[in-house]
Amino acid sequence: MLDVRNLHAGYGAVEVLRGIDLDIAKGEIVALLGSNGVGKTTFAGVLSGLVPAWSGTTRFNEEDITRLGAGRIVDRGLIHVPEGRHIFPNLTVRENLELGAYRRGRGNRARNIDHVAGVFPRLKERFGQKAGTLSGGEQQMLAIGRGMMAEPDLLILDEPSIGLSPLLVEEMFDLIGKLKAEGLTILLVEQNVLQSLEIADRAFVMENGQIRLSGKPSELMDDPDLQRAYLGLA
Amino acid sequence: MPSGLLPSHPLDTAMPDLAIIIPSVLNGITTGSLYALIALGLTLIYGVLHIINFAHGALLMVGLYAVWFLNVQLGIDPYWALLIVPPAMFALGYALQRGIIGKASHGRDENILLVTLGLSIVIENLALYVFRSDTRIVDTPYSFETVEFLGAFLPLPKVIAFFGALVTATVLWLLMARTDLGRAIRALAKERKGAELVGINTEHVYAMSFGLGIACLGVAACLLLPSYYVTPQVGHGFVLIAFTIVVLGGMGSFVGALIGGLIIGVVEAMGGLFLGESLGQIGIFVIFILVLMFRPQGLLGHKV
Repeated sequence: MLDVRNLHAGYGAVEVLRGIDLDIAKGEIVALLGSNGVGKTTFAGVLSGLVPAWSGTTRFNEEDITRLGAGRIVDRGLIHVPEGRHIFPNLTVRENLELGAYRRGRGNRARNIDHVAGVFPRLKERFGQKAGTLSGGEQQMLAIGRGMMAEPDLLILDEPSIGLSPLLVEEMFDLIGKLKAEGLTILLVEQNVLQSLEIADRAFVMENGQIRLSGKPSELMDDPDLQRAYLGLA
Repeated sequence: MPSGLLPSHPLDTAMPDLAIIIPSVLNGITTGSLYALIALGLTLIYGVLHIINFAHGALLMVGLYAVWFLNVQLGIDPYWALLIVPPAMFALGYALQRGIIGKASHGRDENILLVTLGLSIVIENLALYVFRSDTRIVDTPYSFETVEFLGAFLPLPKVIAFFGALVTATVLWLLMARTDLGRAIRALAKERKGAELVGINTEHVYAMSFGLGIACLGVAACLLLPSYYVTPQVGHGFVLIAFTIVVLGGMGSFVGALIGGLIIGVVEAMGGLFLGESLGQIGIFVIFILVLMFRPQGLLGHKV
């Protein structure tokens, strides 16, 4: 479904991504792991067209989308739920969801709003409320719900657990499992290594703008480098 | 000294009675509704682009000349021009934002400010060159007709202007509240990255916002000209008042611009009544200073 080859990108003169190769098959949850500042969020931005690629290619459903631009990438069904949520604080929860279907999924807007309300009952209680008044966890749910409104083929979730209490983090990972059960393909960008590996089908570990390790969670858990660097095991 | 030989100073006269105050207030409300329309365009553009459009007055003047030209050259009534001038002004605003302001500003607010200031100078001097500085008016059969209301005789064009401004404000409000374009404009105003992520074409929506703000000026021009005039500098006075209204109502607030416009209109009329025509506008600027001192976020604005 997604095939990234030798992707380079950065800001100004600083190269952040230094040749990324990554692939995702339909129906998978793929985790992209790595500590702060290794380029995970930049990578997500390049995929969704917010950050221009310097070189390399991104193919999505057999189509080259590397230089398509954010709007057309949304049209194709690659939806990015960003780190920091970036919901519309001055709009109501319902309006936020409606704008999720600004380009894609317009015809099914009413049905999809019901669907999101089913997945996030807590959002439903707040439909008429301004999104800026929601708690951090609710805002995260809204950001994901807004992404679901565009009927994604591939959903990129960038740090969905950041800033949430441990209980809510647990809930968020349960929810991502639920989305997978619905048949969604997910790229989960996370620092939370252990919990991500629990629900992922495959994982990539990023370091310094490159993919350092990749494989099934069980294989990665046994890797001594990963254990030392991210799991705090000797 | 026999009274009547010298013109009495306005402050010497006793409190004018209701028969004078009511017409004056009504007049102020009708004028204020046009101010509100002009301020609505300004506050819309401010809300989304976060800049004061210094070309606002110059563009109002362009609209007025368009109405005047259509009337004098083609015999089109200013109210029929409502079908032509606002759409044309919308297109002009869209093109200015997309082709000049957006491109020349490279995303920096202070640049947008300077570009609109430059635009206003260019437009005004073009108008001076083409139309000269003569004062132009249109002659319509209804220019001097009046409508009686609460014992006051109001000029018909002003009454039409009041209802026209009300309808325009309502349409604009519905557009902002109920349509995808309106939601996209409001979303982009506060959260650009989120807007890009849901696939909103930001350059297009910025230009649509600017176009809508300028279209308001087109409507104002059609409603204004039957009871007013046009010169290349006519925009200056209006833009200053519109700016005061936006500050009074709260930067970016729609309802604030409406209420603010009406208040300013009445204040101006009352000032004219009690202090004399030439000092009439002093109240507006007193209000401006008081608002900045005691409620800088405006009547309906949010604390920054």
